[in-house]
Amino acid sequence: MRRRHLLGAGLAIAVAGMAGSAMAQSEIKIGEINSYSLLPAFTEPYRKGWQLAVEEVNAAGGINGKKLVVISKDDGGKPADAQTAANELVSSENVAMLAGTFLSNIGLAVSDFANQKKVFFLAAEPLTDAITWSKGNRYTFRLRPSNYMQAAMLVEEAAKLPAKRWATIAPNYEYGQSAVAVFKKLMSEKRPDIQWVDEQWPPQGKIDAGPVVQAVAAANPEAILNVTFGADLVKLVREGNTRGLFKGRSVVSFLTGEPEYLDPLKDETPEGWIVTGYPWYDIKTPDHDKFLKAYQAKFNDYPRLGSIVGYQTIKAAAAILAKANSTDPEKLIAATEGLSMPSPFGEITFRKIDHQSTLGAYVGKTALKDGKGVMVDSVYRKGADYLPSDAEVAKLRPKD
Amino acid sequence: MAFYFAQFLTGLASAASLFLVASGLSIIFGVTRIVNFAHGAFYMLGAYVAFTLTERFSGALGFWGGIVVAALVVAVVGVLVEMVLLRRIYHAPELFQLLATFGLTLMVQDIVVLIWGPDDLLGRRAPGFRGAVDFFGQNIPSYDLFLIALSPVVLGVLWLLFQRTRWGVLVRAATQDRDMVAALGVNQKWLFTSVFALGVFLAALGGALQIPRDAVHHALDLRIIVEVFVVVVIGGLGSIIGAFVAAVLVSELNAFGILIFPKISIILVFLVMAVVLIVRPWGLFGKPEAAARRTPGLTVTPWRPLAAGERWASLGALILAAMLPLFAGNYALTVGSEIAIYVIFAASLHFLMSVGGLASFGHAAYFGLGAYGVAFLAKAAGLPMIVSLLLGPVLGLLGAAVFGFFAVQLSGVYFAMLTLAFAQIVWSIAFQWVSVTGGDNGILGVWPDKWASSPANFYWLSLGIAALVVAVLRVIVFSPFGFALRATRDSPLRSEAVGINGKRVQWTAFVISGTAAGIGGALFAYLKGSVFPDSLGISLSVDALVMVLLGGVETVSGAVIGAIVFKAANIWLVSQTDLSKLVLGGFIVLMVVAFPKGIVGRLEAIWNRRRSSEDKKSALATSRVEVAE
Amino acid sequence: MSMVPTLLSVQNLSKSYGGVHAVRSVSFELRAGEILALIGPNGAGKSTCFDMLNGQNIPDSGRITLLGEDTVGRKPRAIWRLGVGRTFQITATFPTMTVRENVQVALVSYGRQLFNLWGSTAQFARNEAGRLLDLVGMGAYAGRPCGELAYGDLKRLELAIALANQPKLLLMDEPTAGMAPRERIELMRLTARIAREKSIGVLFTEHDMDVVFEHADRILVLNRGSLIAEGSPEEVRGNPQVRAIYLGEGLVYDARHREGAGA
Repeated sequence: MRRRHLLGAGLAIAVAGMAGSAMAQSEIKIGEINSYSLLPAFTEPYRKGWQLAVEEVNAAGGINGKKLVVISKDDGGKPADAQTAANELVSSENVAMLAGTFLSNIGLAVSDFANQKKVFFLAAEPLTDAITWSKGNRYTFRLRPSNYMQAAMLVEEAAKLPAKRWATIAPNYEYGQSAVAVFKKLMSEKRPDIQWVDEQWPPQGKIDAGPVVQAVAAANPEAILNVTFGADLVKLVREGNTRGLFKGRSVVSFLTGEPEYLDPLKDETPEGWIVTGYPWYDIKTPDHDKFLKAYQAKFNDYPRLGSIVGYQTIKAAAAILAKANSTDPEKLIAATEGLSMPSPFGEITFRKIDHQSTLGAYVGKTALKDGKGVMVDSVYRKGADYLPSDAEVAKLRPKD
Repeated sequence: MAFYFAQFLTGLASAASLFLVASGLSIIFGVTRIVNFAHGAFYMLGAYVAFTLTERFSGALGFWGGIVVAALVVAVVGVLVEMVLLRRIYHAPELFQLLATFGLTLMVQDIVVLIWGPDDLLGRRAPGFRGAVDFFGQNIPSYDLFLIALSPVVLGVLWLLFQRTRWGVLVRAATQDRDMVAALGVNQKWLFTSVFALGVFLAALGGALQIPRDAVHHALDLRIIVEVFVVVVIGGLGSIIGAFVAAVLVSELNAFGILIFPKISIILVFLVMAVVLIVRPWGLFGKPEAAARRTPGLTVTPWRPLAAGERWASLGALILAAMLPLFAGNYALTVGSEIAIYVIFAASLHFLMSVGGLASFGHAAYFGLGAYGVAFLAKAAGLPMIVSLLLGPVLGLLGAAVFGFFAVQLSGVYFAMLTLAFAQIVWSIAFQWVSVTGGDNGILGVWPDKWASSPANFYWLSLGIAALVVAVLRVIVFSPFGFALRATRDSPLRSEAVGINGKRVQWTAFVISGTAAGIGGALFAYLKGSVFPDSLGISLSVDALVMVLLGGVETVSGAVIGAIVFKAANIWLVSQTDLSKLVLGGFIVLMVVAFPKGIVGRLEAIWNRRRSSEDKKSALATSRVEVAE
Repeated sequence: MSMVPTLLSVQNLSKSYGGVHAVRSVSFELRAGEILALIGPNGAGKSTCFDMLNGQNIPDSGRITLLGEDTVGRKPRAIWRLGVGRTFQITATFPTMTVRENVQVALVSYGRQLFNLWGSTAQFARNEAGRLLDLVGMGAYAGRPCGELAYGDLKRLELAIALANQPKLLLMDEPTAGMAPRERIELMRLTARIAREKSIGVLFTEHDMDVVFEHADRILVLNRGSLIAEGSPEEVRGNPQVRAIYLGEGLVYDARHREGAGA
């Protein structure tokens, strides 16, 4: 058994080596980095997404006649390794731009690298606001709706709830902390009457869900904000269901409607949570239909949100490279700022002011259907509507 | 009141799974002295196999049968691992088995994804234990009650096994004195194998029993392994009852701690361990370890400084390395710089581990402190690179001075675990103190000054500093201080009896080692242009251990080779394949089997065997002279 | 005799463990150049007594005056600095070093160079180490790995290490344990010779009565923690109480038998 896998790995190396050597002048290369080995559950659909995009771009004639090639590297979930990979892509592979990353700290590390080495970087998935605001730089753009945008979309719904006593549960790191901070700030602006009665900060990936659920229940909130995800979310939901934490309480939850997080909950999916996510089964737009058909045809699987992000990252990169008609980073920046393009979610624009795309997210409620978790009553929220005013953004972002 | 009772029960339920896994680890360690890093991997395998079985076979029998069969299946895997791999390396230097089990852990992480896929899996709920019991308005999951009842049962069964069976008596005897059991003519091989099987069974059972409450995924092992080590150490190595009490203690402290300090979980177990070890150096129920007897036949070849020829050869190798920029590109140079930095880091741990006999499991703390030192100086104080590079490691020095003071009061695995605790405490400060350290988003923009910014210049800088650090450490090894340090390692009794203040010598060595690590960290900050809590983290500490063990812990500078081989393989594999963990783990396992004394250790052994055959002739001559007298 | 200074003075030394008196009000003195044996059956309190003298154990009460200094509560290393060399029942040496380096470590410590990070140990007091090794007959082994030595040689090496600080007093815990009879005699003759030459006081515990009666100037007999006899070998041998104790162990007979055989 072990030998077979070793063989497989050896083959993978050989194939990768061959791919690297097959270079040609008629190619444009994009260097792509993500946490494939650490977070396969999220990065596999993402990879499928960008693979589909590469196929489509090249089928449509490539970029101004040149073939698009994506060279993909694993960062093992470590910022330092991501930089090594970025360096290899830039120095050895001579890629035209960097793209990808999932974790916020890795996104920031690559963004800082890009700034230092003057390389164009399109951050795909990291959510941290810092990447476009407090630590933003001219070489970095970001596709996915940020932490702030997700919070703003949720607050809009949460503020309509009658609940006045709120508790929060969030993973104890920057993402969780800033998600809670933004949510609290926006929520308190809209509803000065609410009270924050408890906060729980389990360590990311290591939640001891029983005591956490018990502690939140003891504070007797009327509503709960959840920021945990992945395996932590599963444990939280299971304990919460068994202990009746969610009974009679509203729950607002970041990202839980994304299939990556919702699907593992299977028949234990809690109903009625207000979530951001991606109800691929419910989106009936031509843009999305086209994407969905192509994806299902190619992979015989349904897309996750990562698939959308991966797909759109490469689509956006191709659009940028085509418009710039150059690999010069300055020209790429100029081409990207203000660039609009279609996406499975409709038209999006890369803002000039903070390099954030206006890709939005779906907000809806969780429900159980045929023993599976789904999002219902979902509405697409455009990213552009959930960003602060330009004056505020200008204050948040350092001058280039 | 009902709430507090419910919280107490919840804590007990958390303790149950921790106890099952910890008891297995403790038993294995007690008898075989193996620091079984793969214990978490067996836990995870237990959960995965149980998931498959319980999905396949329905009904209550399918579920409970599936749980038990899963644990048995994984125990069989454990037996195979013990027989095929570990048996070959029981006589390797202390902690070498850690390297093998670490390699296994890496492999298993990729293997489970290949077999079960990347998605989180939701296991079945236990039949008959789906709901909750109402206790004065508090809902207590009935499965929690089952777990709470189970752990004393397991404790009782283990107790009977150890007290009432011949096998148990042998296990207890072996825990106290391994050599004695060997002397009694007991078949030690099968005793070890059976103990390993039992330990793995308990780990896998602990994992299997989690499927109704947890998601099954490929990071389960890392989530539990460190915590389990901590529990075992708090309880006292080899003590089952200690593991039980410690599991309850940690879980209850967590359950009630989060009511007052919701952010405590991330650091709690390490705080508890640090306090326990400082107050009770052998854990709550542990006994002072008998002075570690060195395996006979080990390291009879004393160290010696390089001979003139070897010195020239080293210089030649250095010059060759310095010529890299003449033909290599920027990427290769940056990788070269990274390897040079890891050489510094590995050499610093090697100094502490092989010269001082103190294996630190938290050496990244000083590396990371050096890196953060630079980041603070360069970013906050805006100092130029030279100054930051010189002063940054001072933070590593200070950290080593403070933590080292406490750590050197202990020895062996307890020392290792206290260093781990300190490293985790530093890590969680860096992780949580967002306003100062930027939390996990780190400190960005720590780029080198212009003179050092080109990859070639930075490479020369790193190479030069690495060569300097390695050379200085070597000089110290053969200095009077180095001998005092080795004397303390070899025989605490004798060194005390010739006036050596062992603790002070070790403390000094700790500070030297921490400072050297800090120098590596300082360079690392400039290489990467940023600092993240990762550079203080467990995985970096483990990397350092792996590099030292791979090079050969009984050599003077084996870590240099260990670092070059490990880091180069690591960077190359991560770049070439998503299955880098599988390949790297396999590589490590192969190296362990092929080079049980490490790469350099093995080469030296071959070299010495050649020499000693020449020496023997002269030795014979000497003894003849004596007889003649 | 009264001109010879007192090296060690022990007064009313007591130690008990959980109500069991391991050592009970033991007093004795030791003079420079004198070889004093501490004997007694197993469990008599010899080891406890010894450990209190060398600082590994702290007495419940009593005084220990070593070279004019009260040493109760001092660490072994501090007692060593006063000029006390010691050997162990099971040899304690540095197995990963050469024979010479073993001695050099002690010399480094004696020269207060322990925290010298820069010098070369190989050259440190090399001659002095060689001289000490020659003294114990180990000169030819200087470059050999300590881990390869036979047990008797290890004992001699230990003696060389113990002499490195130019001690006034040697504490030897069963110096001949585990050695062949011929080696025992040799080692003790060597020790006695060195002691006389350098006027070093020696206190040793010993099970082998041959060794004791041949080499000790004076003998202390401990039984159940108390000193029951003290005197020259002849006096002790004739002491009926001692005979009673030792008859139980058959050692007196054994000793005489072997003494006869040896002569």
